[in-house]
Amino acid sequence: MIAQKDLIRVDNGDPTKETFVLNLGPQHPAAHGVLRVLLTMDGEWIQRAEPIIGYIHRMHEKMGENRTWAKFLPNTSRIDYLSAMHYTHAFVGAVERAAKIEVPERAEYARVITSELNRISSHMVWWGALLLDLGGFTPILYAFDDREKILDLLEGLCGARLTYCYYRFGGLYNDVDDAFLKGTRDFVTHMRPRLKMYRELVTDNIILRKRLMGIGPISGEMCRKYGATGPVIRGAGVAYDVRRAEPYSVYPKLSFKIPVHPEADSMARYLVRMDEMEESLHIIEQALDQIPAGPFIGKVPRVLKLPVGDTCYAVEAARGRFMVRIVSDGKEIPYRIKLRTPSFSNLSLYEEASKGMILPDALAMMGSLDLVIPDIDR
Amino acid sequence: MNPSLEQLAGQFTRLVESGPAPVAAVPAGAGPAAATPAPAAVAAAVPPPGPVQVVDFALKGFHLDARVDSSLVVASAEIMDQAGFGLDAITGVDWLAQNEMEVVYDYFHPTSPLRVVVRTRIPRVSPEVPTIGGVFPGANWHERETHDFFGILFAGNPNMKPFLLPEDADFHPLLKDYKP
Repeated sequence: MIAQKDLIRVDNGDPTKETFVLNLGPQHPAAHGVLRVLLTMDGEWIQRAEPIIGYIHRMHEKMGENRTWAKFLPNTSRIDYLSAMHYTHAFVGAVERAAKIEVPERAEYARVITSELNRISSHMVWWGALLLDLGGFTPILYAFDDREKILDLLEGLCGARLTYCYYRFGGLYNDVDDAFLKGTRDFVTHMRPRLKMYRELVTDNIILRKRLMGIGPISGEMCRKYGATGPVIRGAGVAYDVRRAEPYSVYPKLSFKIPVHPEADSMARYLVRMDEMEESLHIIEQALDQIPAGPFIGKVPRVLKLPVGDTCYAVEAARGRFMVRIVSDGKEIPYRIKLRTPSFSNLSLYEEASKGMILPDALAMMGSLDLVIPDIDR
Repeated sequence: MNPSLEQLAGQFTRLVESGPAPVAAVPAGAGPAAATPAPAAVAAAVPPPGPVQVVDFALKGFHLDARVDSSLVVASAEIMDQAGFGLDAITGVDWLAQNEMEVVYDYFHPTSPLRVVVRTRIPRVSPEVPTIGGVFPGANWHERETHDFFGILFAGNPNMKPFLLPEDADFHPLLKDYKP
């Protein structure tokens, strides 16, 4: 039996210092996947939030060590399933860089078009889900309507709706056809007024602004120390974009701005993504105008053996910097594949950034980080 | 304000010279034979690369490759921090044939297009390096992950317990001699 004095005893007898532990997840709708956060709460305020990850860990890096270079390709699209094109791009890019495979220009333009379409579809999911977290149900229906158009376009191109395996070493799985190019042009004309409507209906909404403005500050310095990239660092006023910092594909031939918002709060990260979608449309339009005729895949050896040594290739994925580091020992099978994923680094600052916040605000901040859990766990 | 590649290369060269000699580079995949002294003719034909190398970004994906002793990883992290670099990733490579482990530190720069790789080799029997969590707090998670996969101990990291693996995991799946 519990003694009466224990029942009423709180921490050292001081009720103002009492804390309790709250378990968020691993299956909680606000965590967008199997993420668990162990919260030590001081009333409504977070004293410590420790993310516990690994619930969907699949060991992609070990899988890479027991199959050929080409057979690892489907794995890359299953790391961040919302931004599969970028991930495949980084892996084929690393292999092409190591093996010195030339990629025809048409293929590079097609990669840029599909990558940017993928970025918009990924941001649409983030947008709908964030607003769902904040209590607005309607926007996700609009978001998924637009996203569906992109998925249809990409399905017509490569057969997959999410886990595309469209990029191949030296080029593409198949050529971009006229139906896709015309459909993409139609999508750009469709999407422009939609983004304007979202801005007027949602971004300028006072409830949204009050939930996001000044909430969850993440400074540029914190981003640097934790390696947070993508819209998180650009929402802290730092114009870091891999498409500029480590130019790849045909991005140097296209003109685009890097949206930056210096406020470093959840609203800044929100606005960066909203601006980014407009820039993506701008990039797609230019790429559609410039795409040359020609082959869609270059000359690739039948048996691919990479020279000894290590090679890196980074891309700007929807969530930030994604880097593949491959180590080859000269055989047909990779010696080591390291996948540096943006969500992992972006979440690692959560413990420090969420200190002293109230729980609903911390969840709004988590939404503004745009986490994809398989991307963290790999 | 932004660092130049030559400056960084100079800083790393001085750092490497100040510490113990780094483990000589053994070509990857050369097998155990490479660990024994190579014939003089071969050694003369291919001079061993220096510990600090400026490499071609278009070929490798980074600009500077610094091989340091394991006691100098914190000092190199401080160089990176002072030059304004951000922590990209930490990972390991298991060189079973050479009986060594490699820890690779990747750094990116938020405002200038520079990528630096710092690497160190440690004996495979007792793989241990100091943590750089004091310089880059983000290293904590990367080091835990590397400990999970390779069993490399990061001295000073307060959280050396399974991270991505199950709570009771006592295996390190990325070791080349790991049998499930």
